[in-house]
Amino acid sequence: MNNDLTLAQILISAFALTLGAATPYLYASIGEIFSQRSGVLNLGVEGTMLMGAFVAIFFASDKGLQIDPAIGFLAAMIVGGLMGLLSAVINVTLKAEQGISGIGMTLFGLGMSSLLFKMLADGVITATVFPKLNIRGLSDLPVVGEIFFQQNALVYVAFALVPISVWILNKTTWGLQIRAVGQNPKAADAMGVNVNRVRYSTVILGGVFAGAAGAALSIGLTGVFQENMTAGRGFIAVALVYFGGWSPWRAMLGALLFSAANNLQIWAQILDVRIGNSPIPSNLLGMIPYILTILALVFARQRHSLEPAALTKPFERGEN
Amino acid sequence: MRIQKRISGGDFTAALAPIIAVILALALAGVLLLILGKNPLEAYASMIEGAFGSDTRIFNTISRAVPLMLVAIGICIAFRGGVINIGAEGQLFVGAVSATAFAVAAGENLTPWLLVPLTLLVGFLGGALWGSVPGYLKARFDVNEILSTVMMNEIAIRLVLFLLGGPMIDPKEVAQGTLIHQSAALPEASWLARLSPPSRLHTGIFIAIIAAVIVYILLWRTPLGYRIRAVGQSRAASLYAGISVPTYLTLALILSGGLAGLAGAVEVTGVTHRMVEGFAVGYGFSGIVVALFGRLHPIGAIPSAFLFGALLTGAERMQRDLQVPSATITALQGLVVLFVVSSDVWVRRRAARRASQKVSEPISADSSIQPIISEAK
Repeated sequence: MNNDLTLAQILISAFALTLGAATPYLYASIGEIFSQRSGVLNLGVEGTMLMGAFVAIFFASDKGLQIDPAIGFLAAMIVGGLMGLLSAVINVTLKAEQGISGIGMTLFGLGMSSLLFKMLADGVITATVFPKLNIRGLSDLPVVGEIFFQQNALVYVAFALVPISVWILNKTTWGLQIRAVGQNPKAADAMGVNVNRVRYSTVILGGVFAGAAGAALSIGLTGVFQENMTAGRGFIAVALVYFGGWSPWRAMLGALLFSAANNLQIWAQILDVRIGNSPIPSNLLGMIPYILTILALVFARQRHSLEPAALTKPFERGEN
Repeated sequence: MRIQKRISGGDFTAALAPIIAVILALALAGVLLLILGKNPLEAYASMIEGAFGSDTRIFNTISRAVPLMLVAIGICIAFRGGVINIGAEGQLFVGAVSATAFAVAAGENLTPWLLVPLTLLVGFLGGALWGSVPGYLKARFDVNEILSTVMMNEIAIRLVLFLLGGPMIDPKEVAQGTLIHQSAALPEASWLARLSPPSRLHTGIFIAIIAAVIVYILLWRTPLGYRIRAVGQSRAASLYAGISVPTYLTLALILSGGLAGLAGAVEVTGVTHRMVEGFAVGYGFSGIVVALFGRLHPIGAIPSAFLFGALLTGAERMQRDLQVPSATITALQGLVVLFVVSSDVWVRRRAARRASQKVSEPISADSSIQPIISEAK
């Protein structure tokens, strides 16, 4: 009996952990949905996340500026927004090939964050993570309260962003403009919508959210920064947009699924999964999220209903 | 729909753009170093010293260019075929680990004349296999190859760590109980000859240059290469012309992966002589930058690889002398990519202006990166 109780306790915390670990994906995916719905494939998410992760922890850590983690989160979003602005200049104004420019942004963010990490923090930096924020009344609920309402503020914000972004995309003028320039930029232009301005707004917003995603990883979840600590999460977040068929709700489901897969190592230890007599090597378990991503992309091809028709196509006025 | 003659930038402008891109990137990185309290002139002087300061250093720079060149040549095939292969990193690892497994197993049983080419072939096949997965998925299920190749990289990294820590660990490490995660040493018969000890320069440089020439001939002088490029230019038109688009998409990624795998095999047989953790990290990504800098031309990849080989070799010196992290070079490479890809619009605009002035401009489609890829979609 006693054993069952502890197992239940462990499962509850594992679910709670899955929810928390989904937040970096969630921020990054929602940001990417905005930029893709307007027709821009921003593949610089990974690099932007890394910059956000470092900046956030640098603001929060004793070794850095020793300011509040909330300011770190804000700073990460600002840096993310600047990276988004750079992306917008390159992809929208200069009409660069979006796949390749994304690789440039990724390399730049990877190199830059490692450089700052080594020069400003000598290669080691830690900070206390965002404190748990209990919601009065809800946190005390058995099971549900423990899983959903004993998270930190970044988690609540991330999940709140899902309905908010759905509302923005579907019910506001800006959302309509975003969808219009993503589906048919020429028609939108003829209706008086400034296509490039709308795309600037979404790509910058995507950058802000990617910065937030990095902060969620460094000061929301782990409390450390390491070189290349995102390990492909930015690209997985982009894949989740495809997987979710450009819908924030389905992207959220994807984020939870991948977060669970990411925590598989912990799960395997909890449930003591073995092949024969030995535990499964952690490097093999570590492959699972990436294999899942590929499978998700194969599976995602059936749902193209919301796919922006002008995705990756720069807008040139007066052509054709 | 507007029918437009495919135009190219003036070859001079097109060749100049990447050079300006590198100068701008170096200047920007210099400003960055200045902000971080390092003297950029000192840093760059130390890089030049590290890359070219002595014969040995020059030879080491050349040896560093070898894997970059091979990766970049492969990237040229993929990009020309309209697939953006970001997976060279993983393809290189799998090629290296396959070559290592083969050479260690074959041991001293084979003569060098047989062992060396077979080891390199196994490396090529390993990389090709790794490239075939995203290639097939793109051809069959229209899976975005950028994302799938990034995922294949992450899988390859973990596969190599698993192999080096378990099935492929050096038995000597197990016997001594030190358990350092590395493979057994390759038998000497599989090593590529060193050309000028004590430098690391080895015969792999000839393999890389020959590969560049072969790929050039393949892409521009054979029906196979013609079809790969046709698919890269326009999938719809290729389909209409009766070319099996899925076959050539997959093939472009298989060949691209094969060359990255060959790069891994050459590095392990030429330089390290065993697989260790952290082997050749970043070469796959640098190779992409090298390819873009060489304007996606296999012959252009040769000088381009030397330049980036020098940057990487010089960066090590800079890190030792001035404690400027070599991550600077990663950031610099990112900037180079961003500048090259942004300057492309400028190259095309100039070319368009010139073409509208004299209609009889000869058609050649090779100087601008963008139309090659974006029009394929």
